[in-house]
Parts: sequence; C-alpha cells; structure tokens
Amino acid sequence: MAQHHTIFTATDTPSQRKRMPRTRFQKQTSEAAAPEVTPPEKEGRGELQSSPREVAPPPVITPEADILARAQAGDHHAFAHLYSLHKRRIYSLCLRMVGNVAEAEDLTQEAFLQLHRKIATFRGDSAFSTWLHRLSINVVLMHLRKKGLPLMSLDEAIEPSYDDGPGRSFGAPDLSLTGSIDRLALERAVAALPAGYRLIFVLHDVEGFEHNEIAAMLDCSVGNSKSQLHKARLKLRDALRLSMRKGGRR
Amino acid sequence: MTMDPKSMSCEEFQSQLAELVGSGVDVENHPHIKECDICRQLFEELQTIVDAAKQLFPEQQPEDNLWERIESAIKKEDGSIKTE
Repeated sequence: MAQHHTIFTATDTPSQRKRMPRTRFQKQTSEAAAPEVTPPEKEGRGELQSSPREVAPPPVITPEADILARAQAGDHHAFAHLYSLHKRRIYSLCLRMVGNVAEAEDLTQEAFLQLHRKIATFRGDSAFSTWLHRLSINVVLMHLRKKGLPLMSLDEAIEPSYDDGPGRSFGAPDLSLTGSIDRLALERAVAALPAGYRLIFVLHDVEGFEHNEIAAMLDCSVGNSKSQLHKARLKLRDALRLSMRKGGRR
Repeated sequence: MTMDPKSMSCEEFQSQLAELVGSGVDVENHPHIKECDICRQLFEELQTIVDAAKQLFPEQQPEDNLWERIESAIKKEDGSIKTE
C-alpha cells in the first residue's frame, strides 16, 4: 500500500524520515489511519480498474489539525480519537524500550495522561507525532531513572568480565552471522540487554535517532553514546553467536 | 589527528566501528579491511545486526482495556482538579 490516507505526519524524527522505506514504518502509518479510512486501491493495476470499489465515494477524512484542535479544546472524543490513532506506535515504542508488556502498558498509560495534561501546550513547532514520540520517550526515561537504573555505562557493573577489546571471541566461520539473522533471536537478545544498552540500541538502531539527539535525551556525551552503542552491538553479536551454537547442538 | 588507514591497527579500526557500522559508508575498500579478516568479519556481523534492527519489533496492539484505564485516570485527575 504505497498510498494511504494517513492523516498524521508520517515522520517521527528527522532520522526516521531517512528510514521511510522500512517495513515497520510503512505499517505504522497505515495502521495509524486504519480507524478512520478505507485504504485506497493500488494504482496502475489494470485488473482493479473495473472494481466497483473504485467508483465508491472517497472516504471522509477528518484532518489531523481538526482532531488535535478539538482535543486541545478539551473534547474528550477527539482525545480518544488521538489515542486510537497513536496507541500502537506509543505502546510499541514503550515495549521496545523496556522489554516488558506490563511495564509498557503502564508507560503507555502514563504517556497519554501526560499528553492529556500537556496537549494544550502543543504549538505545532514540530509535527504532533514527533512531539508525542518525544514526550513518550521522556516518560520512559523518567520511569527508568525512578527505578534507579543508570541509563549509561551499565556494562562493567553488571558484567565485569566483559571484554570488548579487538580480535576477541571470533567463532568458527560456520557461526558467522553474516547474511541473515533470526529476527526473533535478535529481539530476544535485545530484550536481554542491560537497560542502558537496550535503550541506546533501540533509540539509535531501531528508532533512528542520531547520537547527538540521544546524548541530549540521556544527558551524556556523544562519545559516550557511540561507545555504548558499539558495546551493545557487540553484546548482541555474542548473544546471537551463543544462540546459534545452542541451536547447532540440538 | 587523522589515523592513516593503511597503518591502522585492529584496535584503531575498531574504535571507529560505532560510526562506520550502519552509516552506509562503503568500507569494502578500506585498507585495513582489505588486510584484516578478523575486522572484516566483525564489521560484516555488526552490519548484519544493524540492518536486521530496522525490521525488529513490529508494532503491537496494547490490551483493549488500556483506554478504559487511561480514561478512568483522566476522569480521576479532572475530578481532583475540579474539587481543589
């Protein structure tokens, strides 16, 4: 579905704008519009030209600005509408960041409560989806800080034997990860990362934020963000190798 | 000080990996990669992970009752504001 009646701005961050082709992203924009509209027919498909559905009147689309303005004015139904449009994206973001369903739901709730409190302050300096995304990330970060989890440099404290020096732990060539990775194995490995590593990896490699943006969010240096990301990736590589070895033994 | 790629050690090359991996920069012709199989493999594996990351965690739907929880919390907040 190359075209759809997405009524919200399709990008979350400048970085994500660069990643528009990704499958997940295409999914989320179409999902966001799902409650409101019927997906259009694909263009250029001869067999669809005589379809009765093509001559149907176009669906009524409520512009984002209108829903937003009504929600800002205190219209409860409009706010519920915003929730239905953004719930998947925000819940999925929380889930990626904390790796726990119950916590992710609590954080989604908190993010929408924050949104309810602050929606009147949204001035449109950025896309609403960008603003909500940032707000939600802040909710998660605040939660992690409250839990007492240091958001950076967790590695040495948790796994003191970890050594990421050059030339370490290279397995036999048949364990090479090059080519393909089991997505579920990687998701499990990400979920098992220490919180600080998971955060950096998700923010940079999954969500598409740049190091300077992450550094600002986490109140650390750009160099620290880069080094933590590298360590996170190395940990994932080790975890995947281990998982492949275990799989090979079965 | 810029490192000379030709005389770069593994440690020096790997110190740049955080930026090189996922950047889209073509390192195939990097002098160190050409000479060092270990670093080549490391680079390729990390690149594979980063490429796979873009497809990770497809969006999921929260529980249906989450809106009810949110709605109830909003009403509670609104109520407490009105009674203050």
